[in-house]
Amino acid sequence: MTQQSGLSKRVKSCALIAPLALFLVFFFAAPLVTMMKTAVSDPVASSALPTVSRALQEWDRASTPSADVQKAFADDLRNITDDELFGDLVRRLNSAKSGFRTLLVKTRNAVAEDQAITDLVAVDKRWRDSAFWIAVQDAAGASLTDRNLLAAVDLQRDTGGAIVSMPEGTSANRTTLFRTMIMAGVVTLCCIAVGLPFAMVAASTTGWKRQLLLGAVLLPLWTSLLVRTAAWYIILQDNGLINLTLQTLGLTSGPVPLIFNRLGVVIAMTHVLLPFMVLPIFSVLIGIPKNLMPAAASLGAPPIRAFLLVLLPLSLRGVVSGALLVFMSALGYYITPALIGGAKDQMISSVIAYYATGAANWGMAGALGIVLLAATMILYVVYLRLSSEEARA
Amino acid sequence: MSDALIHFDKVSKTFGIMTVVDDLDLSIGKGEFVSMLGPSGSGKTTLLMMLAGFESPTSGTISVGGKRVDALPPHKRNMGVVFQNYALFPHMSVADNVAFPLKMRGASRSEIVERVTKALDMVQLGAFHERRPIQLSGGQQQRVALARALVFEPEVVLMDEPLGALDKKLREQMQMDIRDIHHRLGLTIVFVTHDQTEALTMSDRIAIFNHGKIEQIGGPSDIYDHPKTQFVAEFIGETNLLSGKVSSASNGLLTVTLEGGQSIRVASAAALEPGKHVKISVRPERIELRSSGEGQNELKVKISDIVYHGDHLQIQADTGSRSLVIKAPRNVVTSQIGQEVVASFSPEQCWIVS
Repeated sequence: MTQQSGLSKRVKSCALIAPLALFLVFFFAAPLVTMMKTAVSDPVASSALPTVSRALQEWDRASTPSADVQKAFADDLRNITDDELFGDLVRRLNSAKSGFRTLLVKTRNAVAEDQAITDLVAVDKRWRDSAFWIAVQDAAGASLTDRNLLAAVDLQRDTGGAIVSMPEGTSANRTTLFRTMIMAGVVTLCCIAVGLPFAMVAASTTGWKRQLLLGAVLLPLWTSLLVRTAAWYIILQDNGLINLTLQTLGLTSGPVPLIFNRLGVVIAMTHVLLPFMVLPIFSVLIGIPKNLMPAAASLGAPPIRAFLLVLLPLSLRGVVSGALLVFMSALGYYITPALIGGAKDQMISSVIAYYATGAANWGMAGALGIVLLAATMILYVVYLRLSSEEARA
Repeated sequence: MSDALIHFDKVSKTFGIMTVVDDLDLSIGKGEFVSMLGPSGSGKTTLLMMLAGFESPTSGTISVGGKRVDALPPHKRNMGVVFQNYALFPHMSVADNVAFPLKMRGASRSEIVERVTKALDMVQLGAFHERRPIQLSGGQQQRVALARALVFEPEVVLMDEPLGALDKKLREQMQMDIRDIHHRLGLTIVFVTHDQTEALTMSDRIAIFNHGKIEQIGGPSDIYDHPKTQFVAEFIGETNLLSGKVSSASNGLLTVTLEGGQSIRVASAAALEPGKHVKISVRPERIELRSSGEGQNELKVKISDIVYHGDHLQIQADTGSRSLVIKAPRNVVTSQIGQEVVASFSPEQCWIVS
């Protein structure tokens, strides 16, 4: 009886959280896992070239492969009836070694004409080059690849399989990642610079003044991100509100460039992310007993020293949580830099968006996402470490 | 007072239309323990805050040691303040809390260590240097706050209901500790409280506040035995207020006819005209439930309730026109509820209040 009611209770509670669990599985866990898998999976070559990889097993990766291997490759090529698969294969191999595009098309036409062909070198001299065969073997032999992950941080494997930097100028992911971190850091610092005094003022007032100040911070939070960014787009223009005001006041002769540069992005992102800094600091501040500052003063501390020694250290916990929130959100920002920034101010998420929607390279998009996720997780672990140490002290 | 250390001269404080402290004069001598006692909103805490420098008077002057301080910011007043909820810095250790005022005064490291150790030993917390305030009990935290307010040897120590958050037993222990420290160090202490027992046990003088004014100031026994006004009589301890009309006066003895017709005699230095209405305070413990001889006042009463209080009994007795409270030792009461008895008290225990 009791066992049965315990069981039904458990069933009931499971049923209650089932919608949440299903939601999380379908809209969080599954897409995440899929994207991560896409980033490391490499099924095109192995499914398009099923026999050549076994044939290449005995090969020394230096000489021109034997006639058997060349025949296996020719058979594989001939058996590709799906043009889309062939296109994928071309793209896959061409990304590993350029020149494959023309080579594969030429070879495919040749093997289609001559059913008994075994000497591919006769079709194209390039088949004598072992680099092409290495690319074929690597692509066909593995269903998992670290190519995307390495490319996400501007690394690649050389012909010997060692990890090396990509040649200068071929990819800018590392620069973009670095820029993303820098910009997120700058925005975080700006948010602290504006948010800490703001939170202190808000916490020191009462009644309608406090409501007004908090409302000023919360109102943007209730407005769509796109709307706020569009507003900044208008305000920051060369003949926007700020520049007109500056020129009317005679402070500048021409418009100050505020849009399509780093400054504009920082201004807009600071505004958009400010609530995430102000609210944690505010909640910490109102928890600080009111009589600590009078106590410090009565003990002989002038206002500034009392602030530095008492109020500031006590509000740091809020600053740290706020900084973490702002920094992590800033890392993934897309719309604001895309609209307000110039070409040199794009952050990693716009590169991800390019790979996902522009280039249809889901592998690269997934890999960059993993790198971003990993960076965020590392920061979060560091934060947890710091905060738990503080709690223990 | 000629050797007054602290002097309030016509001090007023208004918040908007509210007058919290009203044209107040008060002198506090060096080494004196003065309690400010009153209901909440009576201005006692505001006066303390003005002395500490957290509020400035709307008018009037405050001087300490002959120098005006009412324009000085709090950190230049050199007063130790003990706050209601301790106000210890939660992010500092006990030792750092106590060292704070010394650091502010630029004391050397060795001097700080020495004086912090001495101060914490004085409040019996020598073993708790490295603890955080949150790891201490309420009483221990209050002792840290006390050590912090005393460690820099301030001229004046201000205490704003420092024992309010402690339980009764701990509060009594701390009262004794503070009294002891006061005597040992010869400190001048201004102590704000709303607990009359606390004020009576600790103070040299008690100032009773009401509506921003001092209703009466004096020693504990003076305040208790000779309250000037009805407010003071009722605020300090329990009392019976009898109202009546003077019918005759002779040789410092007034005969007063009470409401209800019974009459009593009241010792009074002031010769009051017959026919004048007076209020008389008689403390519950001064009334006995037996006829006790010549020259005593005797009222016929009917016992309406007896409440057991452990060490004494509290008896409600009805005179016919009003109810008397009588505090009697347990062993002398043999009466029952409903019984008619005689309540007696001497004319010297009757005190006329205004």
